[in-house]
Amino acid sequence: MKSSATDCLLKLYDEQHGLEDYQSGVPRWCTGCGDNAILAAVQRLCRDEGLRPEKTVFVSGIGCSSRFPHYMKTYGFHGIHGRALPVAEGIKMVRPDLTVFVNTGDGDCCSIGAAHWIHAIRYNMNLTVFLHDNQIYGLTKKQASPTSPIGTKSNTTPRGSYLDALNPLTITLGVANASFVAQAVDWIPESLFDIVKAAYHHQGLSFVRILQRCPEWLPKSLDPWMQDPDRIQLLHHENALHLSPGLAKVYKNHLVHDPMDMNRAREISGHEDIIPVGILYQNREIPRYEETRQTGVLRTTETVRKGFEAELDKYSV
Amino acid sequence: MTAKNPMKKSGKSATLTLKEHIVEIISDSGEGAQRCGQSLGSIAARMGNGIWTTEIIPAEIRPPARSVAGASGNRIRIGSSYITNGGDQTDLVVAFNEQVLLGRVRDRELKPGCIIILESMWRKHPDLNISTAYSETYDRLVAAGYNVRETPMEQECQLLNADPKRGKNMFALGMLCYIYSFDLQMAREQIALTFGKKAQSVIDANVKLLEAGHKWAVANLDFSFSIPATPTQQPQIVTNGNTALALGVMASGMELCSMYPITPATSASHYLSDVFEKVGGIVHQAEDEIAACAFAIGASYASKCTITITSGPGYSLKQEAIGLAVMAEIPLVVVNVQRGGPSTGQPTKIEQGDLMCAIFGSHGDAPKVVMAPATIEDCFYSIITARKIAEAFNMVVVVLSDASLSSSQQPFNRPQFNESWLAPPIDQSPVPEGARPYDWDATTGLARRFIPGQPGGMHTVTGLAHDRDSHVAYDPDINQESLRARSLKLAALQKTLTAPEVHGEAKGDLLLIGWGSTKGAIDEAVDALRAEGEKVSAINLRFLQPMQPGIKEIMQRFKKVMTIEINWSDNPDEEIIDEANRRYSSLAILLRSRYLVDVDCWSEVRGQPVKPSTIRRIALAKLKK
Repeated sequence: MKSSATDCLLKLYDEQHGLEDYQSGVPRWCTGCGDNAILAAVQRLCRDEGLRPEKTVFVSGIGCSSRFPHYMKTYGFHGIHGRALPVAEGIKMVRPDLTVFVNTGDGDCCSIGAAHWIHAIRYNMNLTVFLHDNQIYGLTKKQASPTSPIGTKSNTTPRGSYLDALNPLTITLGVANASFVAQAVDWIPESLFDIVKAAYHHQGLSFVRILQRCPEWLPKSLDPWMQDPDRIQLLHHENALHLSPGLAKVYKNHLVHDPMDMNRAREISGHEDIIPVGILYQNREIPRYEETRQTGVLRTTETVRKGFEAELDKYSV
Repeated sequence: MTAKNPMKKSGKSATLTLKEHIVEIISDSGEGAQRCGQSLGSIAARMGNGIWTTEIIPAEIRPPARSVAGASGNRIRIGSSYITNGGDQTDLVVAFNEQVLLGRVRDRELKPGCIIILESMWRKHPDLNISTAYSETYDRLVAAGYNVRETPMEQECQLLNADPKRGKNMFALGMLCYIYSFDLQMAREQIALTFGKKAQSVIDANVKLLEAGHKWAVANLDFSFSIPATPTQQPQIVTNGNTALALGVMASGMELCSMYPITPATSASHYLSDVFEKVGGIVHQAEDEIAACAFAIGASYASKCTITITSGPGYSLKQEAIGLAVMAEIPLVVVNVQRGGPSTGQPTKIEQGDLMCAIFGSHGDAPKVVMAPATIEDCFYSIITARKIAEAFNMVVVVLSDASLSSSQQPFNRPQFNESWLAPPIDQSPVPEGARPYDWDATTGLARRFIPGQPGGMHTVTGLAHDRDSHVAYDPDINQESLRARSLKLAALQKTLTAPEVHGEAKGDLLLIGWGSTKGAIDEAVDALRAEGEKVSAINLRFLQPMQPGIKEIMQRFKKVMTIEINWSDNPDEEIIDEANRRYSSLAILLRSRYLVDVDCWSEVRGQPVKPSTIRRIALAKLKK
């Protein structure tokens, strides 16, 4: 949708923003919650990229992670459970000039909002989507989520959850128009930041699943991966992320993976004992819905009047 | 038994002058009766006649041929002057087979003695079942007093067209142009317009059929009518309600319509999908009703007010999202083209069953504006008004149309485009130091909203209870204050409204109150009753929430007040129904509770527009009680 000429009063800012220019309030997440790490990475991204706070919107649904926009000194939209993606799509559709991020949890995205998740991938709008996956419902106090490992004891599954967890990565990679799929973990800040940054720079819907700890309800769930660095497989490629010497030293399990290789991406993303961290898939060629739907019509009063009169002519008697 | 041949023309017959006539064309679906009816309506409107067309729609996509339930077609009420509703019973029917007539007879849609022009090919059909069914039905119709004229439409069309199934409708149109003394040249022009996108050969073939039908009627029919037109001076357009809605979206300055397919709302979006892009607008078909609403809310939040168009079940699905828009004070226009409910109900039929959920829908106190267009012209203007209210008050505005308005056609004054209809550009100026995103005015509850892109206005809107800074708040005073502010906005809007206009005298014995599409039929019944000396008047409520001022004063000037609605109400004559358990119709409940006036109600849910004669009968009974 083209804005009319008067809509586009641009003022060019060259001011520098510090981290504090993106910080708002004191996060009310638990100590050790992975959301804190994601917030730190995203605030750093905003500062490093010089994002203008008034041109940046964080959209979320409901859940612990969906409090995220309240802690950003940007525009924010803390909506209703499961619907962060369609809200963000609506914003992007009419305001391609805004930078739009989505923060959604495993319940929000993979359960109540699952329909929107599938279709958001297909629309491939230029949104950066963070799936804060802590494998449990936190805000409502410990119920099994679709990503809870089978056997998870929770308030609704006191004898252990009954179903295998769904894998958000394989699902996303199975949908038409997937254009950027990555996985990060909250406890490796350097890699988290690199992935968040790559996601931001991708033109299209970037889907980042971030495995994050829930110290309150599932404190030990990710311990096997935290305590054994060899169970983290860092993906790298000349066309994707590069490993720093420091990171490569601590995490020795590396895999060269070309993010253009969809078949390999699907295979790797299904691994559970050793989890991949990095960019699984990226395709820059997939059209973005908001651009496909551009009408190319400069909307002025005169255009509307002419179009409208032409329609009335059709119905004149 | 052999049929009498009533078609022999004996000498020149006089043309009977009428004030109005109701004509139906019905066929199996796919035989073009709809197009024939719409064309006839347009020709009549070109002649300067008042019209109201009503679609006769089979419930199934492909009903079997020659089935009672499969009747598809159009019903056109043609009048000397302005016509406001579909009227009562039908005076003349063209039927392509006898089976499609049976449902119309059963539903008492045909006037006693109604002229039936019936395709006669079935009489000699090789399938004995068909020919027997035909002659038995024919005999029954004749015995019942209908004026049945067997007509060899198929046979005549075969002389011109190898496939008479295609084009029989235009032959029928030619006959009808003769019957109603319409100008054949206007009919030719209408065909050229209808088939405008097709090849010239298609137009020519159809014009030939039209002329053949006309010629045949001249030679064989011993009756014809004339309904003298009283043309208006203003240029007219003819559309159905959904097209009018879509034109309203185009003219309102909205730039995005987000929807999900649902009957009977979707045709508005079909039309908008075709034309909106020409003026830089977009129709987004979302993955579901909830997404359609959330997408619209996101777009409204970041830019100009947007619209989502749906029908009953979709409206139910959108409730939580509508509540969010109310809570966050994001402007939004929601159109609900009502159909029969509850649940999937009667998707193609008219009902006014969604009033309560429009006003009270969504959990908690979620004040929103509810409007109801009463005419096709209203469908157009109500969208422009709705957009303006939504943006001026940062509210959700629900527009309740219905299945009757959606598909009925009526001429109305061609709208004169007005620049002020359009939405102004969005505010991207810096927000003044210290300004707050929800700085509710102490008297009106209004607050200026900040739009992303405005420097200094950064805040997070939330569906959680929030204070003037949009910070999540659990403070009892803040919750009390914010609900007050959102509620006050309705009162502020109400102060700008004017009293409804009384149709008839300002005082009397009985006041009929309606809302939405029943206006035409109610007013017509009132006119008939007043002509008989009864002191009956009517009002139609365009605003259901907030209600216009002066309603109580109007009601108090009448001895009795009752609503006429197309939604459920218990019949007080039922054995176990009494005042302690009687469920009134929706508007009656609202009026009784708000104004403490003893408002009675009459309603029915037959899926049909309520007829003027029915209202007349109900009003007379109420007067006598």
